[in-house]
Amino acid sequence: MNQSRREFLKISSLGIGGVALSAPLFNWAKGAITSGQAPVEDFVNRTPTYCEVCFWKCAGWVYKNEEGNIWKIIGNDDDPHCNGRLCPRGTGGVGMYYDEDRLKTPLIRKTIDGKQQFVEASWDEALDVVAENLNKIKETHGPECVALFTHGSGGKFFGDLLKAFGSTNITAPSFAQCRGPREVAFMSTFGEIIASPERVDIRDTKCLVLIGSHIGENMHNGQVQEMSDAIDKGASIITVDPRFSTAASKSKYWLPIKPATDIALLLSWIHEIIYHEWYDRKYVEQYCYGFDELKAHVESFTPEWAYGITTIKPHIIRETAKEMANASPAVIVHPGRHVTWYGDDTQRLRAVAILNALLGSWGRRGGFYSPEKKDLPSYPHPEYPKPKKTWRDAHPGLYNLAIEVVANDICDSTIPSPDRACNFKAWIVNGTNLIFTLPDQKKTLEAIQNLEFMVAIDTMPMEITGYADVVLPECTYLERYDYCRTDQNREPSIALRMPATEPKYNSKPDWWIVRQLASKMRLDEYFNWQNIEEVLDWQLKQVGTSLEEMKKIGVKKFPREYDDLYFIDGQEIEFNTNTGKIELYSTDLEAEGFDPMPVYTPHPEPEPGFYRLNYGRNPAHTFSRTANNPNLTDLLDENTLWVNPIVAKEWGLSKGQEVWLQNQDGVLSTFPIKVRITERIRHDSVYMVHGFGHAEKKLTRSYGKGASDTEMITNVMVDPVMGGTGMRGNFVTFILENPHKEEVVS
Amino acid sequence: MRYAMAIDTKKCVGCSDCVVACQTENNVPIGYCRDWIVEVTDGTYPQLELEIRSERCNHCENSPCVRCCPTGASHYSDGGIVLVTEDMCIGCGACIASCPYDARYPHPDGHVDKCTFCIHRVQKGQNPACVEVCPTKCLYFGDLDDPNSDVSNILKKRKYKTLIPEAGTKPQLYFLI
Repeated sequence: MNQSRREFLKISSLGIGGVALSAPLFNWAKGAITSGQAPVEDFVNRTPTYCEVCFWKCAGWVYKNEEGNIWKIIGNDDDPHCNGRLCPRGTGGVGMYYDEDRLKTPLIRKTIDGKQQFVEASWDEALDVVAENLNKIKETHGPECVALFTHGSGGKFFGDLLKAFGSTNITAPSFAQCRGPREVAFMSTFGEIIASPERVDIRDTKCLVLIGSHIGENMHNGQVQEMSDAIDKGASIITVDPRFSTAASKSKYWLPIKPATDIALLLSWIHEIIYHEWYDRKYVEQYCYGFDELKAHVESFTPEWAYGITTIKPHIIRETAKEMANASPAVIVHPGRHVTWYGDDTQRLRAVAILNALLGSWGRRGGFYSPEKKDLPSYPHPEYPKPKKTWRDAHPGLYNLAIEVVANDICDSTIPSPDRACNFKAWIVNGTNLIFTLPDQKKTLEAIQNLEFMVAIDTMPMEITGYADVVLPECTYLERYDYCRTDQNREPSIALRMPATEPKYNSKPDWWIVRQLASKMRLDEYFNWQNIEEVLDWQLKQVGTSLEEMKKIGVKKFPREYDDLYFIDGQEIEFNTNTGKIELYSTDLEAEGFDPMPVYTPHPEPEPGFYRLNYGRNPAHTFSRTANNPNLTDLLDENTLWVNPIVAKEWGLSKGQEVWLQNQDGVLSTFPIKVRITERIRHDSVYMVHGFGHAEKKLTRSYGKGASDTEMITNVMVDPVMGGTGMRGNFVTFILENPHKEEVVS
Repeated sequence: MRYAMAIDTKKCVGCSDCVVACQTENNVPIGYCRDWIVEVTDGTYPQLELEIRSERCNHCENSPCVRCCPTGASHYSDGGIVLVTEDMCIGCGACIASCPYDARYPHPDGHVDKCTFCIHRVQKGQNPACVEVCPTKCLYFGDLDDPNSDVSNILKKRKYKTLIPEAGTKPQLYFLI
């Protein structure tokens, strides 16, 4: 076997752990504090932050105890994202700081005595290697051959660096592995995207429709809070899910749909709403384009037609359509968030958008509001160089409607192929564990093997760091400044993150890493500052506040500058679409050669003995990022495989039994997963929480705990509209005996 | 004064934020907890019901743990809050065995530990940490003797149950159903 150029290096084998490994496990609570007694809040300092455990970025206060150690994080009452209440992950964010498995010092891959290994390095040495390699690639191949993968606040600094360097190939898996299809679908329908936090007016809705969206298990804080408010106010919830989710248990209607048939249900709802004339006639006449075409298109999509496909009874389809219509316009057919399922996802989300348009919920109280954000100007810098090519040039004509860079496409264009101009020679990977993020791990690894250079910046020894040439330990969000949070909400607001304490170990904030790299890469002119405080203070002063004020208040709200939250009745509106109308019939999709109105296409079904692999979230975890967090692992340290009792009986499975999984392509799970026998899952599918089954031994709390869904996702159905990776067309069977045991015959 | 808590099972999503917030607020060691989540599924697919409860010490009016404590470490405090005085506790575990709710655990420091209703916060007029953090606002705390307290108000409006009432301990956690 050929030894791969880039061998996976387990960070545990580096001999960096001497001091750290002997450190007592999590004894921070000791010391002056008697265990079981809380420190006294009056005597502690608090510093503002916004959370980095997920993308909701709730603002909070970090409290320290009398000894100056981080004690707890509490939501900021003035923050519209969290209203003073963090979620379990935000509350447990302290664990990110205290995790003794953190990356502790820069590492450089070296070959010593013919063996690749990581060698501890000073920051100066490590950054020199990064700068030299990137500049060399710039000279040989052009700066556009460097791509940045990022998921997190610190990535913005690396984005600045890359733009100054001459590349705009900056990508986040949050688009093509997550919410991309909904953004493209809503853009082509309403001329605007949903963005984050979602502009859904749940607190005032009368009817909330969730399609595979498990709010409450996904802990998108503001939405969970508002769903609870809506329950209090008597809103009805309709949940479409093959699994009896937490949200399903709070619902007036639970539609246990056959997986992969959602478009059929949506089309029959559209049929019912149009042919019973339950739609908002005035709204549709004034604002919508293509109603007659849509009406003709859905004529045959009756509930009886959909029943045969979805297994949802016709009278339930009718009743639920009526339930939505009764609530109109205070109804939300929720666009969801992680929506890359079957490769026709943009079309499914188009059906969702169309349904909302017919119900008149876009721009209406209890439907979708118009969000606002407060932009902070960029710190002055010379104009960035204009790149000669972008990621799109690797394959002209593909994914023209993608509104962000497609992460999997960067991966594809890193592998030499006759079909594509190969663009990428180096990756900068910041805060995203691509091994767990991108489906088809084999392809990700192949791409990595074709790189000339890769640097990974992370707080934890995630699997991706094992493939890097240089590993840089960033400090956690509790130890650093970042750019201010400026995300949208009903009221524009700004939130400050500042260090609550000095960085642990030899870790550094991203702004510092980037500023040093800028000097070493001879890009100083674009970074006309030495300390991030200068930048933040300048930015904040442009909008009438200052770093000093923000340190005291953490969050500052601003009055809305533009229109109202909702449309005014009968208001003239020019939508940002080709026709200036809400496009029930999409001229954008038509121009690109796609169906202008959604069509149901059957998807492959599991062979006998196989079950569709569905995956989702647990409220205590974010992706694979939190799997080693001591506080959050304490809540859930491994995932289980949800199996219907009928299936368990057929296979003779018992509760808690460990099974290995094998998918339709013969791929075996590295680790076993414990069976949870539950009525809450359909007989044709199994379910697990995403983000477990870590193979990196240095993640001591999560190594080998549970199984990885990503490992089983080898059939990727790419959405031709925007490049999203459909991941729910994978089928698994149970392997009852350890398939990895060694057998030696002699 | 009679402190009590109501838990709305219709709103609770079982996220365990109450558990983490308690752990950080009270420095409960990793691996232990003073509150926890129970999910009860009933029925067969697709006729199902799910009840989710955030549970903790019931601060019973007639507490077997206080009665059986040989040293007097377990005692009633302000408003009926059941507490353990750490340095009087010999860790014999009689209280753990007597509690029908399994609400107590042996702390690695050698004493028994349990929910205090965050008495250190309550005495300052604050809510317990779990109530304060809950994203669904499904926890209501207050004085049952005060007809205008949060807990009194919600119990007037909603149907509720207590857990294992047959144990006769007069529990002070009320589950809204």
